[in-house]
Amino acid sequence: MAPRFLLRRLLLVPPTLLGVAVIVFVLLRVVPGDPIAMMIPPGAGQEDIDRLRQHYGLDGPLLRQFVAWLGDLARGDLGTSISLRHGVLGLILDRLPATLELALMALVIATMLGFGAALLAAYWAGRWPERAVDAVTGFTQAVPDFLWGLGFILMLGVLLPLLPISGRLDPRQPHEFATGFFLLESLLRLRLGEAAHLFRHALLPATTLALPLAAMIARVLKAALLEALAQDYAQMAAALGYSRRRVLLVEALRNALVPTVSLTAVQVTFLIGGTVLVERIFAWPGIGNMAIGAVIDRDLPLIQGLVLTFALLFILLNLAVDAVILWLDPRLRHA
Amino acid sequence: MPDARLAFAVGVLALVVVAALAAPLLAPHHPLEQNLLASLLPPLGLAGADPLYPLGTDSLGRDVLSRLLFGTRVALTVALVAATLAGLLGTALGLLAGWLGGWVDELISRLVEIWMSFPPVLLSIVLVAVIGAGLHAVIIAIVIVDWTRFCRVVRAEVQTQKARDYVAAARMLGLGRWRTLWSEVLPNLAPLLLVLLTLEMGIAVIVEAILSFVGLSVASDYPTWGGLIAEGRAVVYQAPWLMALPMLCIVTLVLAFNLLGDGLKDRLDPVLRR
Repeated sequence: MAPRFLLRRLLLVPPTLLGVAVIVFVLLRVVPGDPIAMMIPPGAGQEDIDRLRQHYGLDGPLLRQFVAWLGDLARGDLGTSISLRHGVLGLILDRLPATLELALMALVIATMLGFGAALLAAYWAGRWPERAVDAVTGFTQAVPDFLWGLGFILMLGVLLPLLPISGRLDPRQPHEFATGFFLLESLLRLRLGEAAHLFRHALLPATTLALPLAAMIARVLKAALLEALAQDYAQMAAALGYSRRRVLLVEALRNALVPTVSLTAVQVTFLIGGTVLVERIFAWPGIGNMAIGAVIDRDLPLIQGLVLTFALLFILLNLAVDAVILWLDPRLRHA
Repeated sequence: MPDARLAFAVGVLALVVVAALAAPLLAPHHPLEQNLLASLLPPLGLAGADPLYPLGTDSLGRDVLSRLLFGTRVALTVALVAATLAGLLGTALGLLAGWLGGWVDELISRLVEIWMSFPPVLLSIVLVAVIGAGLHAVIIAIVIVDWTRFCRVVRAEVQTQKARDYVAAARMLGLGRWRTLWSEVLPNLAPLLLVLLTLEMGIAVIVEAILSFVGLSVASDYPTWGGLIAEGRAVVYQAPWLMALPMLCIVTLVLAFNLLGDGLKDRLDPVLRR
């Protein structure tokens, strides 16, 4: 059942992407403002304009444009960026690892902070640590990530200059990477000094991105842990003389994981969405930052490519979350 | 009983409204007037400050106080217009879904669910991409993204109210379906709507700041708080106050809207009031 369920979800990916492609294509064609008109130099003749139009696939009836675009898409050709004059696919692949690495690091930070806070609060339920955790998570959720990011820049970047606030690495630092995943690569190659340098650069943006998710995990997991601790099996284990730590970590935690993962899964896709703003705030060279530039420049081919990339990421992430829930919850596996 | 929260909120909002309306009179300089000889001056109280520029100047020597004052206009306009429109749209759909039930409810609830699965910032940026940057685009984007907040709460509340005796009584007295909704149920929702509306105004201030920060709000030569933050971000090591001051304005205004909502909630709830 489970593999078949996942397979069916996997088969739905291409049609979903096609749907997104159609919507994006139509939406962007009905918008006011001609991107070609903005790039021609004064004095260009009608033939020049026509040639540019053809070059960027913006000529002919809409349906034909769409079919041509779709054909190119199937061959992995996303067209040419108008503002950057490069192939869209190459541009995106160049930037994608930076975004993925940031999101991955944020996920790790959010999980660590969220689990730590929830376990702390559940262990000392009803005492001051629980109230402190509640207060901190409430405050974290009340402040939008935009202000968190800017606040971090002012406090930890400028007033107390502990951490870098721009980019993935200091451009003056000599660097050479075979892949775009700088941090993972330097860790795997055991270039630890370099890894520390990259880690310091990623720490503030990744934490900004992680905070809303961390607060959400802390809240949901704490509630689930307290519920599990009140169940017969946990009471039984406690009565048998197991320590509270053991009951919490071994008995309650495993059962609290399922509701936590399924309730926080939505927030994980928001992690990818959040990269757009966080990358802008911290001048992070990922696809989120690029998307804002593309919108400002009205770069249709690039916007299309980026929206498709984001859609693909969302779909795959949702799929991964479903797989994790299936793996965690034996009831679903045998259903 | 005077409520400290309400007093703070009303005080701040009154100041902001006055600042927005009287910005040209209050501002010591034109917000675009440059003085390259007096760039990056600190606010009064720090060494090197100039009394001509009470809150200092930006990297082009423009007066920060004047720019902040003019920035209130955009922030306030977006907060009031976008939140009200989002409230109207979301409330209308929430009323329909909760009151009619059945397939209408099914349809609207499904729509809300799909809507809320999109990350809001990404959705508003894509919307601005489609509409084209500008104040109207920011407002439309907020309305399209945030109507779901009203819709969900209103739908649930209407469902609760629908089961109350007074609704059955109104129907038995011969009031029509829509008449009952309009004159009996809606007044009971008013306190809730008012609270949601003030919260949404705070959210709208943030979203406008985000969009103008990334350069997708009004034209870049008109001062906005988000735009000021973006300019301050570029020179944050030399002049951190350029970023801190507009942030302070945003936090204060959002806090005022939230406290207004909190205060109103207690004030308007007859059970809590007693």
